[in-house]
Order: sequence, then C-alpha cells, then structure tokens
Amino acid sequence: MAEQADVLSPETVYQKFKEHGVTHVIWLPDSETNWLHTLLESDPELTMVGVGREGNAAAIASGLYAGGAKPVILIQNTGLMESGDSIRGWLKSLKIPVALIVGYRGYTRHGATKDTAATYTEPFLNAFRIDYYLVESDRDADRISGVFELAEKQMGPAVALIADEFHGFNR
Amino acid sequence: MINTAEMFRMFLPHRGDAIVIPGRGGRHWVEITDNEKLDATLGDPAMGGHSGFGLGIALAQPNKKVYLFDSDGDIHMSMGMLTTIAEQAPKNLYHFMLDNEIYATTGGQPVPNAKVVDYAAIAKAAGYPKACSYTELKDLEKDLPDILNSDGPIFVHMKVLPEVQNEAIGTRKPWNPRARTKVITDVRGELTK
Repeated sequence: MAEQADVLSPETVYQKFKEHGVTHVIWLPDSETNWLHTLLESDPELTMVGVGREGNAAAIASGLYAGGAKPVILIQNTGLMESGDSIRGWLKSLKIPVALIVGYRGYTRHGATKDTAATYTEPFLNAFRIDYYLVESDRDADRISGVFELAEKQMGPAVALIADEFHGFNR
Repeated sequence: MINTAEMFRMFLPHRGDAIVIPGRGGRHWVEITDNEKLDATLGDPAMGGHSGFGLGIALAQPNKKVYLFDSDGDIHMSMGMLTTIAEQAPKNLYHFMLDNEIYATTGGQPVPNAKVVDYAAIAKAAGYPKACSYTELKDLEKDLPDILNSDGPIFVHMKVLPEVQNEAIGTRKPWNPRARTKVITDVRGELTK
C-alpha cells in the first residue's frame, strides 16, 4: 500500500491566514499556489489584490498597513527577487510588518538544484537580512505562524518559503 | 503649465478630512498642509510605489477619501498599477499625476517619450471610469469640486513646471520634519484610533 504523500494543503495555509487576522492578500500567480488562490477567493472576508509586477506588492502592503489593515503577500521566489528595491524602500525602511508567502520554485531537498530561481533565493534573503522559514508540509504549519510573529516582532518583512512545488497546492 | 506649490494652495480648501499622499510634491505640501496627521509625506521610499501605497490605504479605509499625487517617472515604472487600481475600483481614491516630463530629482533627464504620452488615455484604457488632463491651473480649479464630488477612482493628469534638483543627494536640505517611520506611525495611529 502506497504511503500518503507528506503535503502542504492549501487549507493549512488558509487557516493560518485566518488565525492571524489577514484582511488582504496581494498576489501574483505562481506555479505552486493555484489551489490556494481558489480557496482564498472563495472567502468574502478576504480581499484579493492582484498585481502585474511583484514589486508593487510591497507598496500596496505598506498602504494597507498604514490604513490599519493586515496584508499578506503571496508571490513566487522569482517575484521576490524582482521586488528587491521595493522591499528595501517600502517594507524595510518604513518598518512594515508583513508576512510574505513565497513559492520556492526549483527547490529540491535531495539531489542537485537545477533551477537558478532556487539557487539564488536564500542568498537573496540573506543579503536583504530577511528572516525566513522553510515550509514543506502540514507538519510545518507552525512555521507559518512563526513568520507572522517574526514580522510583528521585527517590524519588517518575514518570509515563508513554500517548498511544495509538485504536489499539495497543485493536487 | 501648472506650478505645483500654487496647485497645492488651490487644493487645500478642498482637502476636508481626506488622507493626502503628496508624493514628490511633498516638499511643497509640508508647508501648506492643515492636517499633518493625515499626510503620508513619504517622499520616495522606492520609485514607482506611490500608486500602490495610495491603493492600499484607500482599500484599508474605504470611508475616507484619499488624494494621491503621483508623478510621471513613478507611473512609468509601475504602469501596471493602473490596471490593478482600476480592477479594485476604490471609490475613495483620487489619483492626481504631476507630469513635468523629466526626472527632476536626478538633474532633469527626460522621461521616455514624455512629450507624446497621453497618460489620461492610458488610465482610461486601463479601466479607470474617468480620466482627465489639465495644463492650466484655472481650468483644474473650475473642475475640482466636481471631480472630488464624484466617485473614484478618477485619474487627473496635470502638466507641471519642472523643478530640477541638481545637487548631490547628501547635500540636499531635508524637507520633511518627520522621519518616514514616524509618518507611518502617525497616519496609522490617526486612522485606527
């Protein structure tokens, strides 16, 4: 009998958003979060704000925070790197506490990493001095809470790297 | 061509209790404003972000009018934000744009195709229900009450006189009496009290 895959379900991420009082999800689709988008869009209490360029998400999140809301940013690692100066200027300099849920495209726990999107993700976060947790399955759900708590404690961005490209979200 | 400081002085009596994001015009607005607590005088945290910040605060405070003063260089950098704003369609967002055709804070180099681009047409094509353009202050002054009494999002393009800064950044006199983090704290405190 085949063992059930150890996956990160969209419901787990959604539940964490609700638990932490998220009001707005700023997002651009990535290859790992299709089912999560569908789930989030079905919640009338959440406002989904789609952007055409991930760098815009940082400024939108800053405005939402200034207005008293609780945003989260949902993007892919490629978009995270595209957002570098916006993260610096808006989230870091203005001390905006926001969780970024980032699809870790190309991540491999075993074997060689062939996708440069993965190769540069963690060095990018380290260069920007952004703390992060790796989230691989439902067993890591508390790490998503940890990211929200880190953002509040540090008054800045904190990242959950969602390392579940081939199952779970894309079931 | 419109003088930015004169435009802000004309605009002030119409401000009411709205949130104002003066963008790159902030150095004039800080001397004109009547309610600093609701001024998001952030200068330029990272270029291209004013429209996103304006959208965010408008979505968070749907019952409060938000007057955003964006710039041509910023619009060029984040033109896709026009579609995001149009999709969200916040009725409380009034998106003004200061178009001086140049990158004024870096010495006055031209913005791409600055003399040809029709920004109001772009905003309209992106989905703004209403967009207009002004080159003379008296025309804007005449229309402003109607603009501010209409539902947003509205895009209001203005051709403004360039005010070139050509000194090294480190030698410029700071115009904002508040640190940017204090601005965020003040605005958030005022809106959530």
